[in-house]
Amino acid sequence: MMSEAPVLSVRDLEVSFATKRGVARVVRGVSYEVAAGETLAIVGESGSGKSVSTLALTKLIPIPPGRVTGQALLGDDDLVPLSERQLLEYRGTRVGYVFQDPMTSLNPVHTIGRQLTEHTRYHLGLSESQARERAVELLEQVGIPAAESRLDDHPHQFSGGMRQRVVIAIGLACDPDVLIADEATTALDVTTQAQILDLVRRLQRERGMAVVWITHDLGVVAGIADRVLVMYAGEVVEQAGVDTLFDLPRHPYTVGLLESLPVLGDLERRDLTAIPGLPPPPTHLPEGCAFHPRCAFRHDERCATERPPLTEVAPGHSIRSFYAVPEEAARAASTAARLPEPGSDRTTDPEGRDDARSGRT
Amino acid sequence: MSGYVLRRVGQSLLALLGVSIVVFALMHLVPGDPIRTALGTRFDQDVYEVLLARSGLDQPIPIQYVDWLTSALVGDLGVSFRTGQPVSDALMQRLPATALLAVAALLVGIVIALPAGIVSAVRQGKPVDYAANGFAQVGVSVPDFWYGILLILVFAQILGWLPPSGYTSPLDDPVDALRRLILPAVTAGVVTGAILTRFVRSSVLEAMSADHVRLARAKGMPSGYVLRHHVLRNAWIPIITVSGLQLGTLLGGIVVVEVVFAWNGLGRLALDAVVRRDYPVLQGAVLLIAGVFLLINLLVDLVYAKLDPRIAAS
Repeated sequence: MMSEAPVLSVRDLEVSFATKRGVARVVRGVSYEVAAGETLAIVGESGSGKSVSTLALTKLIPIPPGRVTGQALLGDDDLVPLSERQLLEYRGTRVGYVFQDPMTSLNPVHTIGRQLTEHTRYHLGLSESQARERAVELLEQVGIPAAESRLDDHPHQFSGGMRQRVVIAIGLACDPDVLIADEATTALDVTTQAQILDLVRRLQRERGMAVVWITHDLGVVAGIADRVLVMYAGEVVEQAGVDTLFDLPRHPYTVGLLESLPVLGDLERRDLTAIPGLPPPPTHLPEGCAFHPRCAFRHDERCATERPPLTEVAPGHSIRSFYAVPEEAARAASTAARLPEPGSDRTTDPEGRDDARSGRT
Repeated sequence: MSGYVLRRVGQSLLALLGVSIVVFALMHLVPGDPIRTALGTRFDQDVYEVLLARSGLDQPIPIQYVDWLTSALVGDLGVSFRTGQPVSDALMQRLPATALLAVAALLVGIVIALPAGIVSAVRQGKPVDYAANGFAQVGVSVPDFWYGILLILVFAQILGWLPPSGYTSPLDDPVDALRRLILPAVTAGVVTGAILTRFVRSSVLEAMSADHVRLARAKGMPSGYVLRHHVLRNAWIPIITVSGLQLGTLLGGIVVVEVVFAWNGLGRLALDAVVRRDYPVLQGAVLLIAGVFLLINLLVDLVYAKLDPRIAAS
């Protein structure tokens, strides 16, 4: 899978906003690749730049005050220099987006059918009846019963889980090369979340689509991802295959994240460990390593003065830290991830887990 | 939907009943005896008692109310203490002038507010936004009689393009009616426009920040399409509500403009009635204005339900 040419290749992506308090550097030198059929999870706290980094790919952020540099290669086309008008040919058609909140992502005054057909008519040139046929097909694919009769319903007539299915159908409608799912299951209850994860995995297999899944929920990551990027203060701090990340995390921040997870069935009632302090504001990033003021493994002056580069610690596994967490400590932390959060398919659908993980090991 | 309509109509009727009680109470709350006042220096005890009996004011108050309400329902609002003219005739004579002025002022306001509000929201923080905000600030802060006097001074006095005051029915002389309508309509319209501009701007800004607008953009729809079909389609709902309320406010509240322009509308009628303690006329005018206000609100709500499918459902 990794050997295939990447569908999306992001290089040195930088996003900044001019604010009253100075320039906010919210994404700093992010690079990654996603191949067809592969799922990359981007993990991080609120404000780590994970959403902005994907919105910026097709400039769905206000520009100005926003500014995007670097490269975002979709196939051979670099999206960064393109104008608003040129980007219309990529948004929705080649890069599909699914956003977080199903209660607000649909326009309350238009029917589901209208919202599922406007972009297929605009981009694919379908007639109204063709577009409606396509919409019915999509709704059936995402598991909405009696799809045809529901096209003329308004969003308020759907439940939260059903709306999220509609939002996914909208994202898939033009058969995108890359689907960007931004906290697509966060607002849903655990059962619905598991269904949606299964749904996306199935559709991904059927279509050979690349998926970028943004979440702060490590349980979801375990359930869906092939590879994981961990972001902190706008940069990638660790990048690894999903098993490696959970078994042997090497960046102090990732270790901290795993230690802060509750462990299901932990009879000794280990105390949850919180990472002390708060992420830095993007207008006032610390000198040196952005994480050093909160780092439990901080070693010396170098951490406070020099920005560490992203360094490979094993094939396909890199961290942005001068000092990798020792293996014993890393393994201890990874016990936290042995039993993931409820809602991942590890607890609800053990077979799906094997599917998600095949092809990488 | 039809259940919603019935419910709203019922609510409006109930509100109108409440208004009628307040209006009726007016006569009994205001100090002084209206018949004594009406007789003034011609006071004579016998005449007074005849008039008192004829007006029904010697009856217990609940009976007076029921009598008054039942005659009001068939359009009989009594006669003016001053002129002896039936109140309903006086009101119907004045209503068209006020309705014409209010609708014209609202149109002027909307013609100003829609482009100004939309452009300033779309170009938020740009010079055009500051200009629109400045206009809105000045528009709401400066009293309308000042604009009125200024406009009369410039366009009637100095330039002599338009007549300074007076009302002509468009049925009698459409051209003259229009010429006389322009200055008062602009005067009242500028204030309405300023209020609406701020409102349109904030509605559009709020609609623009909605998640579904971001999704529409993420679907690759062009910005003009997103503005028309997703932003404005949602912004209309509050804008229409406030425009309706403004029309109601204009109908009852352009007294000052009517006075400045010697416009023979309901506002002046009501004001004269206050000055002359002509309670039947005052009651009638207030009841009519309240009724029209409720009717407009009802219509606005019905349009609203048509625009937002969630409302009729809930």
